[in-house]
Amino acid sequence: MNADVQAEWRQKKKRPRKPMFKRDELAGWLFISPMLLGFTIFMFIPIGFAFYMSFTDWPLLGQSEFIGTANYQAIVQDPEFQKVMKNTVLFTAGLVPFNIILALGLALLLRHPLPGMGLFRTIVFVPVVTTLVVWAIVWRYMFATDFGFINSILAWFGIEPQAYLYNKNLAMPVVILTSVLKNVGLNMVLFLAALQMVPKNLYEAARIDGAGSWRQFKNITLPIISPTVFLATIITIIGAMKIFAQIFVMTKGGPESSTKVIVYYIWEKAFRLFDMGYASAAAFILFFVIFAFTLIQWWLRKRWVYNED
Amino acid sequence: MKINSVSTVVRYGLLTIISAIMLLPFIWMVTTSLKDPNQIFALPPTFIPNPIQWDSYLNVLSSTHFLRQMFNSIYIGAAVTIGTVLLASLAGYAFARIPFKGRNVVFLAFLSVMMIPGEVTIIPLFLFMRELGWIDTHLPLMIIPIFGAGGAFGIFVMRQFFKQVPAELEDAARIDGCSRFRIFVQIMLPLSKPALATVTIFTFLTNWNEFLEPLIFINSRELMTLPLALSLFTDEAGTDWSSLMSASVLATLPVLTVFFFAQKQFIESLAMSGSKE
Repeated sequence: MNADVQAEWRQKKKRPRKPMFKRDELAGWLFISPMLLGFTIFMFIPIGFAFYMSFTDWPLLGQSEFIGTANYQAIVQDPEFQKVMKNTVLFTAGLVPFNIILALGLALLLRHPLPGMGLFRTIVFVPVVTTLVVWAIVWRYMFATDFGFINSILAWFGIEPQAYLYNKNLAMPVVILTSVLKNVGLNMVLFLAALQMVPKNLYEAARIDGAGSWRQFKNITLPIISPTVFLATIITIIGAMKIFAQIFVMTKGGPESSTKVIVYYIWEKAFRLFDMGYASAAAFILFFVIFAFTLIQWWLRKRWVYNED
Repeated sequence: MKINSVSTVVRYGLLTIISAIMLLPFIWMVTTSLKDPNQIFALPPTFIPNPIQWDSYLNVLSSTHFLRQMFNSIYIGAAVTIGTVLLASLAGYAFARIPFKGRNVVFLAFLSVMMIPGEVTIIPLFLFMRELGWIDTHLPLMIIPIFGAGGAFGIFVMRQFFKQVPAELEDAARIDGCSRFRIFVQIMLPLSKPALATVTIFTFLTNWNEFLEPLIFINSRELMTLPLALSLFTDEAGTDWSSLMSASVLATLPVLTVFFFAQKQFIESLAMSGSKE
């Protein structure tokens, strides 16, 4: 092939492919139009509207009034909001490490194709597909004070019965524990998939060099699956910040607001006290926090793609 | 691969303990649902009901709105799933295969809504639905979920799938004079069963669990979905635990049944979407 032909060939390759259909421009917009219309009406406009509302005093009935950043100022100074944020951080900080470490441990236990592993995997995953409200109801019942299952079991070991969900120091740990058990299977599946991507010959080489299983884990497994661990961590953090149904069912934010989290606070302000503007401002504060974590997630994902190549 | 016997025993031991904890709520739920009221408050609690009584199941099925609520959950879930799958596959195909101006901008706008928490939009949507007179109807529960994070996820999954289909298939159809729509319906959709299954499973399951939206939009007991109705069960007349547990068992059965049949598909697609996104 001489140089001229090669140059022409290259040029041909570069030239954008002719549209397959004359009317692709129209067809494209037609295909996305139902979604575009729906997203505009039920997502984009409401987002803009909520942003506007967050700068107003907006009661359920009666006249709304533009009040600038007064809602945001009031929220930041609201001692209840500070408590709520503290609780949300507490829940997240308690749940995420517990969830990730348990999920990773389970994935490591289940990775070898020994008999029965499929059954164990299913058992750990079943709570993930179980209705969240049912899960919360059953655990609330098991943690009940007088006739509770947990108290009866602990009584065998001589531990005094506790009013778990009515004790402001114990309610939050109980909600964290039950939430971890509900969702740990999800991260476990992600970690199992990541573990499959670790090249087996690395372990063989390490064994020949005399590395024990802890060193193999620390120096081979963990570095290779670390992008998945990071991603799972961020996704779990975002999920934890939005906890609502468990709180609603198990504690209603109590006792003494010790389990009142941000979404519960937003719901209460908007749909119990009908202070829509104030609640919108609180919702946007939640959005800003989640936005920050999402940006971190995207950044990590990019890094991960780079690592893979 | 050789695994020494001590670590195998430890491994099975740990897994058995954790599995027992995971199964405990289910066992407790089932046994409680079969106990008579005296046994429920017995101390210490007994695991095996004696005598086994099914009254609470009959109770739940006959005296409350349970069947109606279960039907609500099923048909709202089905409507949302069908809507999402149809519209997301249409849009996903366009984003993957049809070159048109503005495509990437719109796609990014769709994807970006996945990070907007639903709590932000639900307040204006509540006011909007109130204007329309749709409060205490099923319309908000069927329409809103399609055009949010669920819809965006569906579009994303379908687009990823359609991008992998070889171009030759479309070229051949075009030479035969097929329109874009016919290519989509007759070639692309039949090929995309795994992706459609993923979107179907995820959408239905997410919707089956949906709690905040029913809580806000529905007031009448007979219009409630199961999670909402179960969460308010206590308010009716104290808590009738054996009836609540029977209702919980009945509410759990449909999803668990689907899960056991579609388990492989479900776990694999989950692992895939987590690792390749």
